[in-house]
Amino acid sequence: MNASALLKRRLTLAAVAVALVGGMLYVSLRTGPLAPIEVTLTQPHQGTLSPSIFGIGTVEARRSWMVGPTVAGRVLRVTVDVGDYVKAGQLLAEMDPVDFGQRLLALDASLARAGSSQTAAQAQVQDARARAALADSTAQRNQRLQQQSFISPGALEASVQAQSSAQAALQAASANALAARQDLLRLKAERAALAQQRDNVRLFAPADAVVTTREFEAGSTVVAGQPVLRLIDPNSLWVKMRVDQGRSSGLATGIKASIVLRSSPQTALPGTVARVELLADSVTEERIAQVAFDAPATGVSVGEMAEVTLQLPATAPALLLPNAAIQQQQGQSGVWRIQDGKPAFAPVQLGLRSLDGQVQVLKGLTDADQVVLYSQKALSNGARVSVMQSLVKPESAR
Amino acid sequence: MISLAGRDILHGWSKFTLTGLGLGLLIGVTLTMAGVYRGMVDDAQALLTNSQADLWVVQKDTQGPYAEASSIKDDVVRSVCGMPGVAVAANVTYLTMQVQLPSGIEARTMVVGIEPDRPGAPGYLVAGRQITRDHYEAVADVKTGLKLGDTVQVRRHSYQVVGLTQRMVSSGGDPMLFVPLKDAQEAQFLKDNDTVVNDRTRTAANPAFNRPGVPGLLEAVQGLQTSSHNVNATLVQLQPGWDAEAVAESLRRWKHVQVYTRADMEDILVAKLIATSAKQIGMFLAILALVSAAIVAFIIYTMTLGKIREIAVLKLIGTRNTTIASMILQQAMGLGLIGFMVGKIAATVWAPIFPKYVLLMPRDAVTGLLVTLVICALASTLAIRVALKVDPAEAIG
Repeated sequence: MNASALLKRRLTLAAVAVALVGGMLYVSLRTGPLAPIEVTLTQPHQGTLSPSIFGIGTVEARRSWMVGPTVAGRVLRVTVDVGDYVKAGQLLAEMDPVDFGQRLLALDASLARAGSSQTAAQAQVQDARARAALADSTAQRNQRLQQQSFISPGALEASVQAQSSAQAALQAASANALAARQDLLRLKAERAALAQQRDNVRLFAPADAVVTTREFEAGSTVVAGQPVLRLIDPNSLWVKMRVDQGRSSGLATGIKASIVLRSSPQTALPGTVARVELLADSVTEERIAQVAFDAPATGVSVGEMAEVTLQLPATAPALLLPNAAIQQQQGQSGVWRIQDGKPAFAPVQLGLRSLDGQVQVLKGLTDADQVVLYSQKALSNGARVSVMQSLVKPESAR
Repeated sequence: MISLAGRDILHGWSKFTLTGLGLGLLIGVTLTMAGVYRGMVDDAQALLTNSQADLWVVQKDTQGPYAEASSIKDDVVRSVCGMPGVAVAANVTYLTMQVQLPSGIEARTMVVGIEPDRPGAPGYLVAGRQITRDHYEAVADVKTGLKLGDTVQVRRHSYQVVGLTQRMVSSGGDPMLFVPLKDAQEAQFLKDNDTVVNDRTRTAANPAFNRPGVPGLLEAVQGLQTSSHNVNATLVQLQPGWDAEAVAESLRRWKHVQVYTRADMEDILVAKLIATSAKQIGMFLAILALVSAAIVAFIIYTMTLGKIREIAVLKLIGTRNTTIASMILQQAMGLGLIGFMVGKIAATVWAPIFPKYVLLMPRDAVTGLLVTLVICALASTLAIRVALKVDPAEAIG
């Protein structure tokens, strides 16, 4: 073996050894738990937020009616079907009147009888009046005859007594006639009441509306208060929106909204907050508001799910940070600020947030600070970091 | 003085290097196996660390929410908040399920229902932003294969991916998908449409719930059937200075729930949940180490046998036994060192390709190095015995 060949082998072996040791060092220091944590940095910047409120809800009708009988009964007929547009006052359904007709006939007969009784009473009055007139003239004549002493005082007294009796009989007959007339009035009122009750079994539309459900068919028995038909006013559709209480700050009537219905997720319909309910849901921790469509909605089904975004006015300029930079440490919000190349936890006070992930920083940072935006692992104070442009491959960051 | 070992290696350097390379690959497999075990333990630890909780409040008499099913009412969190020592408490739901990726394939993920900025929410991101809406937004682990802006279908609703995380996995290594709590509650307890309609019809057919004289009762009962106010666990962070076990004890006693501290949870996850798989890997690791040791011994033995004539010559010219022994020992150690380095590098190179997390710990590497050197030393004694016994006459015979 000559010297140059030996040297070449030695050099090769040395190169292999150096490569191995180098690889080893790289592997133990740049990968695994000893490697620096890859992070990306960001700086807070001055800007305004346009905060918005997001909630979901269902389409409901502001005006809806449940049309049903006020007393228990059987459905005779239903004249409209689901989807029919009805006018105010239109007959929708009729309950079986059962014996209303017969009871009306009976009352009619009673009325006729009361009329006859009234005629009889009036005839009796006339009779009594005639008798009283006769008794009057007889008594006057007997008085004159007695002055001339043609008749005995006893005969005169008899005729005066007859006159008084006849007057009393006339009064009794008049009272009877009045009673007969009042009887007639009572019966007339009773008949009118019965007729009204019979009309009540007819169910009429309370307003212009559309039929949403038809719950009973002819022949079904319904108790008082159970709806036979449900109606809604199709022009009064709105969205009953539920918003998390923690993110409902600024919710008020009149705020502009954009409504996305589940049936057409690509189009946003304009709307306005029409009502904010005073009562919040304490179980789900949500507030409830109603958002009306600005233009009458067509092709919307009641009960359909909708996503509502309310646009609040833009805030005054303040320092903004992406919310990915905000960390929680023992219940305190803060950021990892880079000091001398090492991360250190800096508590901050946060303000409003926007739906696109910007947060106002009120205290704790200046716009010259560098803070960690993304990190590969959870950071700790003074951890070794290596700053990257992006932590995911470019094609996966859109 | 010249190095006999160095000279011999220079003489047959290609054979020596190739042997070291082969041995290295074998050691690499062994290190990887240890890494797989460490990865399993780390998955469990990552689950606990990422939830950022000090205490886990779960259903009484269960080992939830990871090892067993647990269900508590979502207003338990309020009474927990009021207990002394509790700084923050938050509801959380866990549901392992297949979700439909935009590419059409299904991925096994753990859907986690979170309240933003509370324990349980992802602590750090690698891209995108945190969830800001109460509904239909998701933060996904990069391992799901989802990208920012993708939509992913969970049960009835589709969710838009707004942020990405890394190393957020369940104890089984399934990547997590964070969604708002209310959506997760719905996804977890909502039945499919057929079942909902079926249940409604059943209830309507039950005369106890559908009385003609009580309008509205049926609707109320049916509404009750579809609403859900349950969660799997409540995560608690303690105020500084409070002892976890003391707070846990008062919660157990007064709130009638099961409470686990971080140590309890580690015990449940590491000692119970992955115990069998860990033993399986441990057995494999032991056998692999044994086989590696045997192979190293055989290689060094055959290497020495191949040089038996040269050793006889050395003896003939009067070389001392210790010189010959140290040459063999040095070669064995060198072989072990090369093998270890190749193995470590190889294991690091192929570890990220594994579908589950492989964690190569520096401590394991140091242990591996020591074990390799000891095995090499032991294996060389066999070869040294043969070399010393050789008859110098063989050199000329």
